[in-house]
Amino acid sequence: MRNTTKLMLAAVASFGMAAQAQAADVKACFIYVGPIGDFGWSYQHDQGRLELEEALGDKVETAYLESVPEGADAERAIERFARSGCNIIFTTSFGYMDATNKVAAKFPDVKFEHATGYKRETPNVSTYNSKFYQGRYVQGQIAAKMSEAGVAGYIGSFPIPEVVRGINSFMLGAQSVNPDFAVKVVWANTWFDPGKEADAAKALIDQGVDIITQHTDSTAPMQVAAERGIKAFGQASDMINFGPETQLTAIVDDWGPYYIERVQALLDGTYESVDVWHGMADGNVVMAPYANMPDDVKAMAEETEAAITSGELEPFTGPITKQDGSEWLAEGEQADIGTLLGLNFYVAGVDDQLPQ
Amino acid sequence: MRIELVRRPNPSALYSALSPLLALAITAALGAVMFALLGKAPHLALYSYFIEPLTEVWSIHELLIKAAPLILIAVGLSVCFLSNNWNIGAEGQFIMGAIAGSALPILAPDFQGPLVLPAMLIMGMLGGMAYAAIPAVLKARFNTNEILSSLMLVYVAQLFLDWLVRGPWRNPEGFNFPESRNFHADAILPEIMSSSGRAHYGFVFAIIAALVVWFTLNRTLKGFEIRVLGQSPRAGRFAGFSYTTTVITTFLIAGALAGLAGISEVSGAIGQLRPVISPGYGFTAIIVAFLGRLNPLGIVAAGLVLALSYLGGEAAQITLGVSNKVSNVFQGILLFSVLACDTLIHYRIRIAGPARAE
Repeated sequence: MRNTTKLMLAAVASFGMAAQAQAADVKACFIYVGPIGDFGWSYQHDQGRLELEEALGDKVETAYLESVPEGADAERAIERFARSGCNIIFTTSFGYMDATNKVAAKFPDVKFEHATGYKRETPNVSTYNSKFYQGRYVQGQIAAKMSEAGVAGYIGSFPIPEVVRGINSFMLGAQSVNPDFAVKVVWANTWFDPGKEADAAKALIDQGVDIITQHTDSTAPMQVAAERGIKAFGQASDMINFGPETQLTAIVDDWGPYYIERVQALLDGTYESVDVWHGMADGNVVMAPYANMPDDVKAMAEETEAAITSGELEPFTGPITKQDGSEWLAEGEQADIGTLLGLNFYVAGVDDQLPQ
Repeated sequence: MRIELVRRPNPSALYSALSPLLALAITAALGAVMFALLGKAPHLALYSYFIEPLTEVWSIHELLIKAAPLILIAVGLSVCFLSNNWNIGAEGQFIMGAIAGSALPILAPDFQGPLVLPAMLIMGMLGGMAYAAIPAVLKARFNTNEILSSLMLVYVAQLFLDWLVRGPWRNPEGFNFPESRNFHADAILPEIMSSSGRAHYGFVFAIIAALVVWFTLNRTLKGFEIRVLGQSPRAGRFAGFSYTTTVITTFLIAGALAGLAGISEVSGAIGQLRPVISPGYGFTAIIVAFLGRLNPLGIVAAGLVLALSYLGGEAAQITLGVSNKVSNVFQGILLFSVLACDTLIHYRIRIAGPARAE
């Protein structure tokens, strides 16, 4: 009996401590679609969360849920966060879009930030995204310089505008160096499945490509490329440890600056809902150190990166021809954001039929 | 040296009855050790697992949402399993039910009114039945192994759904993203008590299904047939029960309930078709069916417990900051304890010495 009482006292005491620990000014919460150990998309968002903790110290408390399936579970997970005292909730996958908006309508005092979506149905919803395609352009140029076969392999996840944009930008970058360069595409139909991604990489290499780039999240394609002795680009995260002799560079998603900016604004009382599409200029798209390439290629890549960062170069600038041969952009014309956000066609030169 | 399981001649009736509670106690004890090793206060962990999700009304609603498809599917599967038909493809029947039912609001968005929802539910059940009929007919006619055929059809269904939402059924206003248009208001399964949470009528269907199936299995001749053929096909045939009819009937029942679960989930909880609509309900339901010992009423309890462990896992991630892997391990301990208790109550372990050379 006495033991039970002690146990209960201990329980009460530790609840008290838990309550005390929540004394931070802002509680920022994150929902991830994959495991934080994917070394890709979700990993990078979690790195952003850690950067946020580091930068703001005691003023912010964070929490996260990983591997939350899109669908009915997402809505519950987001609502649980909203009810557990989160002030700002980052939902980091496209498939959370409707769930985010539904919960946001119920909790007007909580801020919601949805990554890569386009719906903002209530004033407390913001959307944010990155111009990853800027990095793809640099990769395309490097690929065209480094490839002996003149063909690169591209492992796509799903044929959504985000991914199609990357393929087109890669193609345009490559064509700026070698107009005859070709890109082969394999759709893995997954964001994270090391087995399938590795199979896709093997299939592409067997078809004669000697450079691999991927828009899926695992390190498997990098590892296959390393085994087969060809070069590859990392995705979402610096994957140099998985291919020290293989990785040319990687597009690193650095969400830290954005997360810090948003939570700081909430602390300062200057927070406003936004729809942002940040890129290299904002420190959101970072190229991993250029490696395993001659100095002249490295110099070219650095120059292109600087030009894109300064705004001097925009990958989607005419003249650009569509895959079907019709003109998309005239000389000097730049693509408008609406078309880019809904991009559903290839530019000329891509050796694939876009699944419709 | 060998380890053998020997059936106990007289298993204790008391322990049999207490088995689930016993298993829960063992899980709690092992879980406490695991959390202590991770440096988390065990009592807090157990609290956030088993109690916290039940302390708020909205959370109970969420529990019912999560449990509804599990119970619906598992009740149907119990009929199959009792008759010795191993339908592993409920996930596919769930998806096909969802697709068949969704065809109405997606292809005919202008057809609205009170008739839409009942029509969708019926179409959902028919879709699930039609899909379950494939392995059933293959087994009844050609003696095909239903475990393989029903399982393989799951992947066909998943890819079919994937193709639909990326191709012909893609939302015209969706920026080419892979999802169907949102269902109109008449196509949404209403909430039971919308003032307090978002639990929809799917749970009511689950309870009704459990009661009807329980009654059928235990109080009707058809139920007797199903159980006899499951336990001893030969005896069943002597009694004049038709093997083929039973194979097909049980598959159709399981398919109908999985299809109903699918369309309820889509129209109640999601509101549109997406490339993935189920986090594996069709497979988890197999566990639920056995946790509930293939008894529809036991399945209701088992479905609620498993749903609770999902919600608890989430709560533990938030309050304790443990990884969701820990939650999965904890679920594994729960299932393991249940099976171990059941087994050890009916069997005892005998360690046989090395066979002596004569």
